Amino acid sequence: MRWGVVVFPGSNCDYDAFDTLGRIFEQEVRYIWHKDRDLKNIDGIILPGGFSYGDYLRSGAIARFSPVIEEVIRFANKGGIVIGICNGFQVLTEAGLLPGTLRENVNLRFICEDLYLRVENNSTRFTHLCDEGQVLKIPVAHNEGNYFAPPNVLKELEDHNRVVFRYSDRQGKVDEISNPNGSLNNIAGICNKAGNVLGMMPHPERRCDPVIGGIDGQVIFKSVITAAMEMAK
Amino acid sequence: MTIYVEILPKEGILDPKGRTVKNALHQLDFPMVSNVLVGKLIQLEIESENVDEAVRLAEQMADKLLHNSNVEQYRVVPVEGVSK
Amino acid sequence: MSVLKPVSYTNDPEITSEIIELHGLSEEEYNEIVSLLGRTPTFTELGIYSVMWSEHASYKNSILQLKTLPRSGGRLLVSAGEENAGLVDIGDGLAVAFKIESHNHPSAVEPFQGAATGVGGILRDVFTMGARPIAALNSLRFGPPENSRVRFLLDEVVRGIAHYGNCFGVPTVGGEIYFEESYQGNPLVNAMAVGLVEHDKVMHAAASGEGNPVIYVGARTGRDGIHGATFASEELSEESEQRKSNVQVGDPFTEKLLLEATLELAGKEALVGIQDMGAAGLTCSSCEMAAAGEVGMILNLDKVPVRETGMTPYEIMLSESQERMLLVAKRGHEDEIFEIFNRWDLEAVEVGVVTGDGRLKLQKDGKLLCDIPAHSLALGGGAPVYKRETVEPEYIVTSNAPTPLNEPTDFTAATLQLLARPNIASRRHVFRQYDHMVRTNTRVLPGEGDAAVVRVPGTKKGLGIATDCNARFVYLNPRQGAAMAVAEATRNVACSGATPIGITNCLNFGNPYKPEVYWTFTEAIAGMGEACRVLETPVTGGNVSFYNESPTGAVYPSPVIGAVGLIEDVEKSVGMAFKKEGQAIFLIGSDQVSWAASEWQIMNNGKPSGRLPELDLNLEKRLQQLLIQGINKEMIQCAHDLAEGGLVVALCEMAIADRDNPMGALLEFEEEISPLHLFGEGPSRAVVAVDVNSIDEFELLAEKLDVPCKWIGTTGGKGIGFRQIFSVSIEDIRANHENGLAAALGIETA
Repeated sequence: MRWGVVVFPGSNCDYDAFDTLGRIFEQEVRYIWHKDRDLKNIDGIILPGGFSYGDYLRSGAIARFSPVIEEVIRFANKGGIVIGICNGFQVLTEAGLLPGTLRENVNLRFICEDLYLRVENNSTRFTHLCDEGQVLKIPVAHNEGNYFAPPNVLKELEDHNRVVFRYSDRQGKVDEISNPNGSLNNIAGICNKAGNVLGMMPHPERRCDPVIGGIDGQVIFKSVITAAMEMAK
Repeated sequence: MTIYVEILPKEGILDPKGRTVKNALHQLDFPMVSNVLVGKLIQLEIESENVDEAVRLAEQMADKLLHNSNVEQYRVVPVEGVSK
Repeated sequence: MSVLKPVSYTNDPEITSEIIELHGLSEEEYNEIVSLLGRTPTFTELGIYSVMWSEHASYKNSILQLKTLPRSGGRLLVSAGEENAGLVDIGDGLAVAFKIESHNHPSAVEPFQGAATGVGGILRDVFTMGARPIAALNSLRFGPPENSRVRFLLDEVVRGIAHYGNCFGVPTVGGEIYFEESYQGNPLVNAMAVGLVEHDKVMHAAASGEGNPVIYVGARTGRDGIHGATFASEELSEESEQRKSNVQVGDPFTEKLLLEATLELAGKEALVGIQDMGAAGLTCSSCEMAAAGEVGMILNLDKVPVRETGMTPYEIMLSESQERMLLVAKRGHEDEIFEIFNRWDLEAVEVGVVTGDGRLKLQKDGKLLCDIPAHSLALGGGAPVYKRETVEPEYIVTSNAPTPLNEPTDFTAATLQLLARPNIASRRHVFRQYDHMVRTNTRVLPGEGDAAVVRVPGTKKGLGIATDCNARFVYLNPRQGAAMAVAEATRNVACSGATPIGITNCLNFGNPYKPEVYWTFTEAIAGMGEACRVLETPVTGGNVSFYNESPTGAVYPSPVIGAVGLIEDVEKSVGMAFKKEGQAIFLIGSDQVSWAASEWQIMNNGKPSGRLPELDLNLEKRLQQLLIQGINKEMIQCAHDLAEGGLVVALCEMAIADRDNPMGALLEFEEEISPLHLFGEGPSRAVVAVDVNSIDEFELLAEKLDVPCKWIGTTGGKGIGFRQIFSVSIEDIRANHENGLAAALGIETA
């Protein structure tokens, strides 16, 4: 696949996503500056973690008005693959590509830690290589990861299996103790109706290289890449 | 003209900051405080002589950027005598 | 031209003895200024001298001592003090730049911004050299955790560090936190940064080339932190509480932009020199660059981007607004530089030119306001140098005398009690607030090892990084205690498998004009120098922070050491967690232990007392060799230095360091064990687990290196146990160790 990693001035996980796709998965990947509009020859977009424009107003609030995001919205609406990780997820909700809001963690502190995620839907193109109910060990690193959506929206997400990941314990049990930030229904990641846009707070790109502590994140990228190859056939 | 956009957590939405402040106030012997919401205040200097016009513009800004209707509510308040 | 005499600016106050005193200048120093200038200084000039001759910028009371430390040799590329941070070669055309610095007083007054800007400042020191920061650490010291002010300070300091580091995008990978009565009124907040740079892209802080433009980049100048440098050079008083205007506000987002733009300059011909604006802002950066390049500079202050109206030359020159840099470009190439900064939405403005006369001249509103020989301001130039009086404090003799102590009788209870002590318990509550993984290079995470291990991107190499200082030891015996701090910080690095290649120091002491304080300072420097020479770890640079006093007295002498080590194959680095069942556990190194200043002794007696066990630096060096070779030859599977709490505490920490897969140990001591053996403390000791197949080889290596090596048990099981004598379960270890700090701070555990 040909990937673009969007770079806002305050992005700080752009390198991580770029390095993971390029070095670990040997994908074609380039950076896309936030002022650019050119998404030609790109099959997948990563909105990486960080603090897009400083995020002093609200995470992702200003980023959604950037030139690149206008193009990303168009790209997504045409079925292009978009993955928003952490701040990228926040941008996707602000941009209206995904429903809901990421609020401040309920303990009012930044949390950086390895956590467990239960795969809730393994029929998406982001998770089709996962086993049903597979538990992945992937870290979070955020201050605003507390997923909120009004009841009707939440119901729709649940009814249509659009919750892709939930925080759980190591055995896959989803409960309050395994919820790090107060997210409704322990939601860690969701996708859009069409299934081509994924937003998740945990950082799969941080768990793809065995040298730095685990490869549980690989399955997500592998799923996307193989799905794209299948479709290209 | 100075306009305040006052942003507060929407009613009924858990506000951990407000809860923390409320607990602290109770500990400091203010048991009469029954609820606290913590939000933000944005001060806008708008080049306009017309209050209604300025308020209307500020509301547009609040809708477009300054607040998130999922979790926040806002109020636009023209302020006299604050302008620097 | 030079016949023009500088004039005072509108409304500048007269130079009176009161004004001079307010600027922290002695009469002697003021007279020196008059003689250097051949006239009375203007108010702007007086301000400039006062910040440049303050302790913080001039090191006037410490430089003679610092010069006795080994500051070159080994892999060191620039000598300490020559650039913003030390620079050490790590092969492959790469060098590591690192430094630690204090932000104690700003953090005492406004802990969030004080700590945040401390992080910002040290990051700038590193990327000013062209190095991209790859790791941050911090060393924090507070009063007792039960104290509500301490709780507030700790919480805010941690939030400030998290805010700045997380947003900037540097992993905060390690550090230390101590609680001790002596820091009650004067907390210590020391921040360290480590960066990587290609040799041919190192940028220098020197101006040159007459006529070259001087360019101001970054954030605008406001009235923040005026006199921060002199503020850092005074004792804290109740008055300083009210001086909140002294504290600067940090903007990590702008710093991130500044980083990216600055790194784009690296290796470009258009750039001549660059210096960040830290303490004493525009003053320090301009005169240091001029002095380093033996040139002069003329600045037009009308051109300096300001945030507030009506700023005077004095305010502009002394402002400590954050996220600013000063650089010198090659004339004719300035557009290249403007283009880079504009692309990152940063201001870049030509504010002056390099001159050939060696003088720092300032103009505003068409008037000349300052005309000073740049050299006379700078460290190593005309700044004053003092050697202060020393007197051995009386407490040294009394506190070194033996005091009665109840030794532990119930070993299980003692273990659990020690594990929950605020100075021993897990720091998870704190480090989970720092993004310690961003940039995907952190291999050994906080809590997993004695040192953090960070991969050097693009290579197979890794860096082991740690900070350490047990100030209780330094209090009892400044010379040996400081040597022990060097030994422990480097041992921490060796426990990861990395070879220590250099250290940076942050010397936190009281008022140097008190002979007792100055004695502890000179003793500590002597001990540090000795340790660095034997361990072959040059001091690459650092920072001196005097005046760490509050109404209750000076802090414990706290020479904090930041150590950096190199490991050729990062995949061979290890943490402290027991990994596999049935491995042999060895206690290696010195057998010198005592109760003096041990956690058990403090817990029972309150204050450190007794005589420290002997430190054999040559044994320390051999021990570190054993660790490094044993790990790199893949005999040692995990290693942990013995520190606060002694042997049993260390074993418990190894049992739970892997949160998902805890593993206990069955102990077996060949000789009779004593409480001192289990809970006493001493230098040059470590515990390692060795694969059964490597035992013979490991014992041979230990023998060859002449390091005492005792088998003390086997890994496995659900706790740490020794026959019928004691047994603690993993659950109990966890409950006490993991929750100890949060409990002491009165925080609900998350």
